[in-house]
Amino acid sequence: MKRYAEIRRRSQTKSYLTGYGLSLLLTLAAYWSAMARPARGWLLLLLLAALAVVQLAVQLRFFLHLGKKSSPQWNALVFSFMAIVVFILVAGSLWIMKNLNYNLMNMPPSATEKTIIKDEGISR
Amino acid sequence: MNRPTSQAINSPVPVFAFWVYLMSDLVLFASLFATYAVLKDNTFGGPSGAQLFNMPLILLATIILLTSSLSAALALQAARLGNQAGTLGWLGLTFFLGAAFLYLEIAEFSKFVGEGHGWQTSGFLTAFFTLVGTHGLHISLGMIWMLLSGVHVLMRGLNRHTALRLGQLVTFWHFLDVVWIFIFTIVYLMGVNQL
Repeated sequence: MKRYAEIRRRSQTKSYLTGYGLSLLLTLAAYWSAMARPARGWLLLLLLAALAVVQLAVQLRFFLHLGKKSSPQWNALVFSFMAIVVFILVAGSLWIMKNLNYNLMNMPPSATEKTIIKDEGISR
Repeated sequence: MNRPTSQAINSPVPVFAFWVYLMSDLVLFASLFATYAVLKDNTFGGPSGAQLFNMPLILLATIILLTSSLSAALALQAARLGNQAGTLGWLGLTFFLGAAFLYLEIAEFSKFVGEGHGWQTSGFLTAFFTLVGTHGLHISLGMIWMLLSGVHVLMRGLNRHTALRLGQLVTFWHFLDVVWIFIFTIVYLMGVNQL
């Protein structure tokens, strides 16, 4: 029994080291992408965002032990709920504020509408 | 095990409650991230992030924080093994790395302010100082907590009470690491690659 516990602890230290190695690798990959710019514009931002999401998954899995059998299921549930709240908060703010810029333009509503249609590439 | 509080400590409720606190803290950071994303182009004639940021130092700070996250995890691991000296040693290293990170951040802030690019310069810098500064404030509080936790372990030894608090502290520290990853990506890496 004691031996089993010892093996489990060792494997946990190993899991921490794996997580650390992966997070360092991802950080360096993200830094290299931002500085050497293998892609341009939206593609580069998308690449950086993807690396951050993988990094988040590594941190949650190896350090915060989310989604493991041993951790309480409630933690994962609250985390999912907060992820939705965070998404609505950030995406909603950006959506509203981007449109607010249009509403502050010094032109009549009909001209604003034409500008939005042109900017967003809407075809009617 | 017959102490009246032992049942409360054994139950996962304090662990869960702390997790709920962390998730509400996440909402605070999300609002600051949203504010930053809205204001990041409003430089009002002041400098943009691409002109200000010293990227190699930011990479160094990130690696320091990631390493401190590992040493915090190893402190908890030592506590699980009942190794008090190991716990205090890893905790001490975590504190030192946290201090190094904080030093880099304060040096960056004071450089910006010294060059006349304080938080009152533009909407971008207001959002920048608020977001990054709030994270730094969390790191500072985490370090005070770490100091208290170390004294607690030193005075009481490793038991269920000290281990529970140590576990919460380490979770808090990992959480700050996660928040920093997004500051690193969104503020710094994307900041020097504006569309």
